[in-house]
Amino acid sequence: MTKLHDNCNLSDLGNGSEADVVALDGDQDLRTRLAELGFCASARVRVVRRAPLGCPLEVDVDGTRFSVRAEVAQGVRVRRA
Amino acid sequence: MPEPATSPRHVRVALIGNPNVGKTSLFNHLTGLRQKVANYPGVTVERREGRVAGLPGPEIGVLDLPGVNSLVARSPDEKVAADVLLGRQDGVERPDAVVVVVDAARPRRGLFLLGQVLETGLPALVCLNMVDEARREGVAPNAAALSDALGLPVVETVASRKAGVDTLREALADGRFSRPSAHALVELPGVQGLPEPSPERWGRLREVVASAGLADQEAAARHRQASVLLGDTADARRAAQRERSDRIDRVLLSPVLGPLVFILVMGTVFQAVFALADAPIEWIESGFDALGSSVSGALSGGFFEDFLVNGVLAGVGGVVVFLPQILILFLFIGLLEDSGYMTRAAFLVDRPLRAIGLSGRAFIPLLSSFACAIPGIMAARAIEDRRERLITLMVAPLMTCSARLPVYAILIGAFVPEQTVLGFLGVQGLVLLGLYLFGMVIAAFAALVMSRMLERSGVGPGILEMAPYRWPSLKSVGIRLWQRGSMFIRRAGTVILAMSIVVWVLMTFPQTDREPGMDDATYAAHQQANTFAGRLGHIIEPVIEPLGYDWKIGIGLVGSLAAREVFVSTMSVVYAVEQTDDATDEDARVADAMGRARWGSSDRPVYDLATVLSLLVFYAIALQCLSTVAVVYRETGSWLWTAGQFLALTALAWVAAFVTHLVAS
Repeated sequence: MTKLHDNCNLSDLGNGSEADVVALDGDQDLRTRLAELGFCASARVRVVRRAPLGCPLEVDVDGTRFSVRAEVAQGVRVRRA
Repeated sequence: MPEPATSPRHVRVALIGNPNVGKTSLFNHLTGLRQKVANYPGVTVERREGRVAGLPGPEIGVLDLPGVNSLVARSPDEKVAADVLLGRQDGVERPDAVVVVVDAARPRRGLFLLGQVLETGLPALVCLNMVDEARREGVAPNAAALSDALGLPVVETVASRKAGVDTLREALADGRFSRPSAHALVELPGVQGLPEPSPERWGRLREVVASAGLADQEAAARHRQASVLLGDTADARRAAQRERSDRIDRVLLSPVLGPLVFILVMGTVFQAVFALADAPIEWIESGFDALGSSVSGALSGGFFEDFLVNGVLAGVGGVVVFLPQILILFLFIGLLEDSGYMTRAAFLVDRPLRAIGLSGRAFIPLLSSFACAIPGIMAARAIEDRRERLITLMVAPLMTCSARLPVYAILIGAFVPEQTVLGFLGVQGLVLLGLYLFGMVIAAFAALVMSRMLERSGVGPGILEMAPYRWPSLKSVGIRLWQRGSMFIRRAGTVILAMSIVVWVLMTFPQTDREPGMDDATYAAHQQANTFAGRLGHIIEPVIEPLGYDWKIGIGLVGSLAAREVFVSTMSVVYAVEQTDDATDEDARVADAMGRARWGSSDRPVYDLATVLSLLVFYAIALQCLSTVAVVYRETGSWLWTAGQFLALTALAWVAAFVTHLVAS
């Protein structure tokens, strides 16, 4: 695997692709909220689809679906599965 | 504010759970109608309290906390929920025990919250709600196993069908709460020496987590624990449920069909609010008219009769007349929310609304404001983000509501030429369309400015759960309809009634003597000019003259504070138009009288094109609707925002009308 693949964020993933959460960026409140919703380290996430204009994203975490705006998704660092 | 003294046997129980787990339905079943709804001091978080009905033993008070996903407080809802459980909420005694309501079909997040609640040390009872659906899907957690693992009693209910509520009530009566077994609490790496579960423990835990940056680990530990508690037996079934929902979403959220279905659904809702409400509104209006006539018939005239008919009855009618639209809108909103489509709709339109600082959640409130701002503003309750909700409330009255149409119709019909351009576009229609677009543009602009000015609260509208589709429960939709309707009547209705009476006083007093030789219509006009409203018209004339209005239009502006459509009937009195029974005929006469109106004794017409356009622009922006003001106050709980909105929209209307008049002259 190249470095490029190891270091991307949730909003870089194409529709249907899976990844594991590596870490969360952003302010404390947002990180806590994301972690509570299940976006914690090593969780498996999948981008299900995007809204017609490309944002927000529908993301699957442990079988629960969330609508996540692109700039929030950018704060979720992932490693492609 | 201390709570009133309670008997020693009085027990207080709090209900807590994630949003939309049927917690409020349970609360309604437990308390019947023995409940009261108020706000917590200083915030617009609903405080719902009641007593358990039908129990022989000690009295049990139930407090329905706001639906929350976490006790780590970021939103006012979460802060109230946490503070109540920790005994830190002003005016609320710490409850003796807590019922944690968990959605049996989606238990993971409920167990996450349960884990946090247990840290606070309150004796607890777990209520697995909606077990019927969970069983049908084959995803219901094993209640007995869960109870063993947690060391807590677990009760199964189906709040929408009232099943299990008796068991829950008995459990409350028996005080069947317990403290969790030690291993029900999560352990964090490197965190030791926390006190026993208590407010102190929760406080210490928060300190440690914040200072060591362990939020991620804590959340992960709670999620792991939830997984252990649930086991993985139901995972395959849950995936199947997801699968069905996904098949629906492949159509409803597809790039092309998705937006089309969205437009179809929203168009139907809007049409329904507009069209289905028409008939009941007419019944209500003619009913109140008939009531007014019979009151007039029974009394011999004079102020008392006028007060009863044109003050009180008209005011009550003015409240009730909003009900059809409110109920129809909330019926659709209830069905859309319950089925799960609402979050999909928000998903689809999030991006376009973001351009003006809002999110997909603001769509329904703004759309329904085209019928009437009152139900629209009430619908804004569904917006979780406070800042966004406030912006929506502030700009909703700029959507062209149906009460503006009579004003537009008479002005456009009388003064905008009946020409066509490009062979088929009527100028009158274009002006009307222009007014709709104008309101939307001003709203977008105002929303953008406000979203720049107001500080973001919490994480903003960034994340929304998209739950699987399910069949809406008619009963819970019905209960919510009843609550919305009665809340509107009780909370906004009283203010609207009071304001109608104030406007009636302004339009009626002081009385003037009839001079000899005056016919009825001339006397009415003469009388009107001398009332407080008439004098106000004169007083504000210097302010409205730059807009091209004389004092008679000023009376119309004051009169239509009660409701915009009153403008037409006020102008009818002002111009001494003889009253007829036929409304269309009267409209034509009023338009005719307006056309003949002149400035003072000159022969310069009052209603030239510049003044008409300026008046249209003024009505498009100004908050000429005290009912809206009353509802905004009830929804924001703040006079500052209410008055600020009224003044800002009036000032904006003045400036826009001034510019319009200047340019058009």
